[in-house]
Amino acid sequence: MANTFELISSTVVGSGGAASIDFTSIPSTYTDLAVALSLRTNNDPDGGSYGICAISINGSTANLTQRRLQGSGSAASSFSFSNAQFPVDGSANTASTFANGSVYFPNYAGSANKSFSIDNVMEQNGTTTYMALIAGLWSQTAAINQLTFSAVSGLFVQYSSAYLYGIKNS
Amino acid sequence: MAAGSTYTPIATTTLGSAQATVSFNSFSGYTDIYAVCAPLFGSTSNFQMTFNSDSGSNYSNTILVGNGSTAVSDRQSNQTRIVAGYNGTSSSQKPMYQISLMNYANTSTYKTALIRANNAGSETIAQVGLWRSTSAITSIQFAMQNGDNFQTGSTFTLYGIQAA
Repeated sequence: MANTFELISSTVVGSGGAASIDFTSIPSTYTDLAVALSLRTNNDPDGGSYGICAISINGSTANLTQRRLQGSGSAASSFSFSNAQFPVDGSANTASTFANGSVYFPNYAGSANKSFSIDNVMEQNGTTTYMALIAGLWSQTAAINQLTFSAVSGLFVQYSSAYLYGIKNS
Repeated sequence: MAAGSTYTPIATTTLGSAQATVSFNSFSGYTDIYAVCAPLFGSTSNFQMTFNSDSGSNYSNTILVGNGSTAVSDRQSNQTRIVAGYNGTSSSQKPMYQISLMNYANTSTYKTALIRANNAGSETIAQVGLWRSTSAITSIQFAMQNGDNFQTGSTFTLYGIQAA
């Protein structure tokens, strides 16, 4: 039986924290890419209520757009942004609580612009938390060979993790 | 999604020329089915799917959609297909669809589809679709709601997931 879901690389942040998690030299030998994320930052750039993770592709945050569907625990809303950022647990949120996310890139090495999805949830024992479903687009035709997940402010704390998988369709 | 050898590619199609329908058949022996589709549209429409070529009014769906400024939920019953979309996708946009069909081969219950439709130029969707049939799903048909063609370069992949 084919092993279609292969671990390419993984990172678990150490005790000093990390400003970013970087996957480089991603081979073009798979069909799709999937990333499993567990993230928490030590800073809260947006009004002090949560952290933010930003995705860079091939070393750049340019040419990225998103349409987001978001639930806060009290309301559903939608936004458009010219970036690939999403909320994660930060220092204002319940200790030891990490956001969990799944990012999926179909046909990441193809010649068309790259669409992708992000399903991410942060949770805490507080009033407000955010679940974000995101349609993302990287308006570039190059193959994706690098993915970087950065804390927009501060660092990813110890035990934050990211696992990059390659998926083959044959 | 589970990792390892239980996640098996069944079939993939990359269109070398435009065509109206993409179908998958012969995918028995799995517990669940997972489809990843990146169709290219030639005109503004929505993505749709049917099972076992059933065009009867046996489908319904509930949708949660964000268009970039507002979030709404809507529902349709007694439909002739499951439509994965709300505001429509245009030819300049690059949507992708992730579709999970759990326990698709059982012959006791109606079949539910869990859908994430992603179009950064139009909308983000979380959706559930229902096919009111106890038949095992033996084929899946993807098409555009307005009957137009999927364009060259559209990709469709079906994976099978085995519980054991």
